[in-house]
Amino acid sequence: MTLVYSFLFCGLVCLLGQILLDNTTLTPGHITSIFVVIGAFLGVFNLYDKIVYLIGAGANIPIVSFGNLLLEGAYQGYIHQGLIGLFSGMLQTVSAGVVSTIVFSFIVTLFFKAKD
Amino acid sequence: MNKKEYLELVKKLTPKEEKLKNTFLAFLMGGTLGFIAEAIKLLLVYKICITTKEATTWVLIIFIFLASLFTGLGFFDKLVMKFKAGLIVPITGFAHSVTSSALDYKEDGLITGLGGYLFRLAGCVLLYGIIAAFFLAILKVIIYV
Repeated sequence: MTLVYSFLFCGLVCLLGQILLDNTTLTPGHITSIFVVIGAFLGVFNLYDKIVYLIGAGANIPIVSFGNLLLEGAYQGYIHQGLIGLFSGMLQTVSAGVVSTIVFSFIVTLFFKAKD
Repeated sequence: MNKKEYLELVKKLTPKEEKLKNTFLAFLMGGTLGFIAEAIKLLLVYKICITTKEATTWVLIIFIFLASLFTGLGFFDKLVMKFKAGLIVPITGFAHSVTSSALDYKEDGLITGLGGYLFRLAGCVLLYGIIAAFFLAILKVIIYV
């Protein structure tokens, strides 16, 4: 059942992004930034965690989840380490995503050329 | 209805159809990615018996790897042109923007080109994500602690 929920949720988030892209002058950069900030907002009241719990990995794929993870990292950092955790904890949860993006893009860049 | 009016009507209606098609394609692609993500996660959780959290991280890494690889191979750009938000909004868009700017600026040298421009497109996501998360985390601490 989570498979269906994942399909619907991830699809709806992308649909929302596409509607914004088509009907406003916003660029993809604007839209992804807005979505990340929305994700952080949803994290404040633990809403996004509930969504992830219900939906499954389909809710982890949209960039909205990135903002939620950043907020969650900073908050958990504060809980465990105090004020310093706000700074040191923020990137812990998104580390896998950011590091793998950098590593894979670097490796790909070594092997491939830009196609025009 | 004369020819002129007809042409005007066509002009009025065509972009809407295009928008509808774009929206449908984005929904379909986004949904498919979500479906695949959940399927891989369930497979990892039940076959290799790792925790849900680890499985989710692996799913993200697999998606990022594939998006980077396909961008390098050259056909991901065409897919993004077609499915637009369906591939931009998921994490694949993040990987795609980093890899494509890396490929574009590779010619300018490893430091000034690749190094300097790697986050040219994805930097806004990191910047505003971190700024928003920082202040909202303070808000959350005030509310809950």
